[in-house]
Amino acid sequence: MSANLSALSYLISSVCFILALQGLSSAKTSQRGLTFGIVGMLLAVGTTLASPIVSSYGWILSGLIVGGVIGTVIAKKIQMTALPQLVAAFHSLVGLAAVCVAAAALLEPYAFNIGNIGSIAVGSLVEMGLGVSIGAITFTGSVVAFAKLQGLVSGNPLTFTGQHPLNALLGIALVVLIGLFAASESHTLFWAVTFVSLLLGFLLILPIGGADMPVVISMLNSYSGWAAAGIGFTLGNSLLIITGALVGASGAILSYIMCKGMNRSIFNIILGGFGGDQVAASAGGGKEQRPYKAGSSEDAGFIMKNAKSVIIVPGYGMAVAQAQHALREMGDILKSEGVQVRYAIHPVAGRMPGHMNVLLAEANVPYDDVVELEDINRDFAQTDVAFVIGANDVTNPSAKTDPKSPIYGMPILDVDKAKTVLFVKRSMAPGYAGVDNDLFYQDHTLMLFGDAKKMCEEIIKTLEE
Amino acid sequence: MEMISPFLLGLTVFVLAVFVGYYVVWKVTPALHSPLMSVTNAISSVIIVGAVLAAGSAQDTLTQVFAFGAVVMASINIFGGFVVTRRMLEMFNKKK
Repeated sequence: MSANLSALSYLISSVCFILALQGLSSAKTSQRGLTFGIVGMLLAVGTTLASPIVSSYGWILSGLIVGGVIGTVIAKKIQMTALPQLVAAFHSLVGLAAVCVAAAALLEPYAFNIGNIGSIAVGSLVEMGLGVSIGAITFTGSVVAFAKLQGLVSGNPLTFTGQHPLNALLGIALVVLIGLFAASESHTLFWAVTFVSLLLGFLLILPIGGADMPVVISMLNSYSGWAAAGIGFTLGNSLLIITGALVGASGAILSYIMCKGMNRSIFNIILGGFGGDQVAASAGGGKEQRPYKAGSSEDAGFIMKNAKSVIIVPGYGMAVAQAQHALREMGDILKSEGVQVRYAIHPVAGRMPGHMNVLLAEANVPYDDVVELEDINRDFAQTDVAFVIGANDVTNPSAKTDPKSPIYGMPILDVDKAKTVLFVKRSMAPGYAGVDNDLFYQDHTLMLFGDAKKMCEEIIKTLEE
Repeated sequence: MEMISPFLLGLTVFVLAVFVGYYVVWKVTPALHSPLMSVTNAISSVIIVGAVLAAGSAQDTLTQVFAFGAVVMASINIFGGFVVTRRMLEMFNKKK
């Protein structure tokens, strides 16, 4: 295939990728969008296979088959609650693949038309250095994120003194090393750049706590895009540059949305150390107990059956308890009794952007019943019952009223405006942010203590009687 | 006439693509942010292009190892990313 023809076909493939993202603007067009994405990828790989420099196919085909089988099997088997881990693992592979491609380009530059060994252009070497370093940071960063999400290491922020100076030092060292590498084309320096970047990726994500994982995943999504773009610059391939830029922009926007959902700046999160699993225990200790009302599943069933409208507020705790199917069943029964049932989703519900929507969709909750925060918040005042299950901080009114609260300024679901609040919770322990929730002690709140799934099942029993 | 450096041409493409990405992604409905993430993950593995070029022309064993590794990892992502995205989108499009 001539160089011009392949450039043209790479252009078509780039357009396909743009259309793939555009398709996601609504559920109806999303599957068509996915088809565009697949076509774009087939075209990209097909075009590359047909280029004259590719002379042997054995390794390529076996690599495609091995990778294809592994990827397909994992993607078919994965549970939707484990989706964030899967995405983190996939990001790490993009990063490592970028490192490998950069290494191959350094060892045999003529395959990519960027010169010969010892005489690669300085510009290409700078691009190569940047590509390999973003790739390596993405790799180790994603591995740490995966380990935290999978529970292999504690979700607590791991901080130590001198952390920030150390990271800053490594960052400066990285820039210097890339400069020296570009000036010398030394293979040793290339591996030094790789090593420092691997270390930096590890150290950057380690101090970030479990509650900030939605931001971290989005950030690494963005990095994996920039890594692809970096490799695109190295190889002078506009398809890689365009795709990398699209993915990079997408991840950056998602990070921004997630940060806004928590009212925190990206710097705050990167430098932070906020949002551990255990912060709660230390904060809850010394306070005196305030009175609250506890209810049973019978009470909850009775109240909801006689309501006109119910808004369900699910959080990650609901997913952990695998309560989504029981919850949907409860919603369906209420609907058949003539109650209006809707689900309110906070932007940071779940462990990655849009995670809660996927979990509810998996449990067959109709797409139109699921409403985002800004579209449903005004309706709470006219709602009879808010049913909070597995969420906590995102309903805390002190985010609006108490400037001293750590979550002050965070957008919340105005659950307290509903006539009655039913709050499913295992105990009175505070949420991730370690803040007590005033909602628990209000007159119109009824606490339902127990496991989310069991509670839903018991309420179903009451409703069916 | 003086030749424009390939880097600047690449940069032009890059900056324009960031703008396209910015406008397209803001239009994505929040309900589909997880599929957005898995599909961008799949398409960012288009670096398989570089891996295929290297694997198909490598002379040296070490290069071959890197290139083969990159092909395997990128294809895990491509297949895995598209398959998991399809699974999710099917859930969103189930009939009620």
